[in-house]
Amino acid sequence: MADQAKFSELAMEYMPSLYTAALRMTRNPSDAEDLVQEPYLKAYRAFNSFTEGTNLKAWLYRILTNTYINAYRAKKRRPEESDIDDLENFYLYRRLGGLEGATAGRSAEDEVLDHFTETEVKEAIEALPEQFRMAVLLGDVEGFSYKEIAEILDVPIGTVMSRLHRGRRALQKRLYEFGRQRGLVSEREGIHG
Amino acid sequence: MDEHCIEAVELLYHYLDGELTDERRVLIQHHLDACPPCFEAYDFEAELRIVVRQKCRDHVPETLMVRVAAALRDVEEGAE
Repeated sequence: MADQAKFSELAMEYMPSLYTAALRMTRNPSDAEDLVQEPYLKAYRAFNSFTEGTNLKAWLYRILTNTYINAYRAKKRRPEESDIDDLENFYLYRRLGGLEGATAGRSAEDEVLDHFTETEVKEAIEALPEQFRMAVLLGDVEGFSYKEIAEILDVPIGTVMSRLHRGRRALQKRLYEFGRQRGLVSEREGIHG
Repeated sequence: MDEHCIEAVELLYHYLDGELTDERRVLIQHHLDACPPCFEAYDFEAELRIVVRQKCRDHVPETLMVRVAAALRDVEEGAE
């Protein structure tokens, strides 16, 4: 059928990123596989009402996040949220300040970034309190605009910015902790500002 | 650190997110071009963004692709 072929062609392209987002949300491959079905099924059923200008990717993500919130989200809030407001911006950069031994064309701080593993990055994201995790997934991993994130999560743009900024600080703190555990960084401060 | 630096640092994330007005974006761009310490902070944050995006990737199992394709076919055939 022409419609299904067209839908598949357009929508399957987003499978890798939807699956990644589902994994970070559910933290469980089996749940992630179940979760990722929903946007495809629901969007396909509604495909006839699709107009040319519709943002298919954002629409799929909206279904994904709504399904997650309704079906999988933990009932209890994580306890760490209150610490996040004490963190400042550029948390990681400030603590790497003053590194020596940069190779040509690349700062020593940038080189530390190269050493973070996929596992560490994923764990750092998954450790974020849910609201911040969603914002960071949509903003930093997927590259949606503030406006798109606001539509996907159905919250005001101000809320998006707040969750993104706080989520990023928390993410940087977790990455810093991984870096310290592995001896990539030492307790040091003091850069511009 | 002068008032241009303070402003640039405050707006840096919005700048990175591409969410500034054209006017502000150009102002920040000019400052970053002229101020090495601010540029280095910007460069690090931009690099961190890239690292997060590239390292937060997963291989999609073949079985999942097959499962979704089959589910779509079921919908089409009216067998829900």
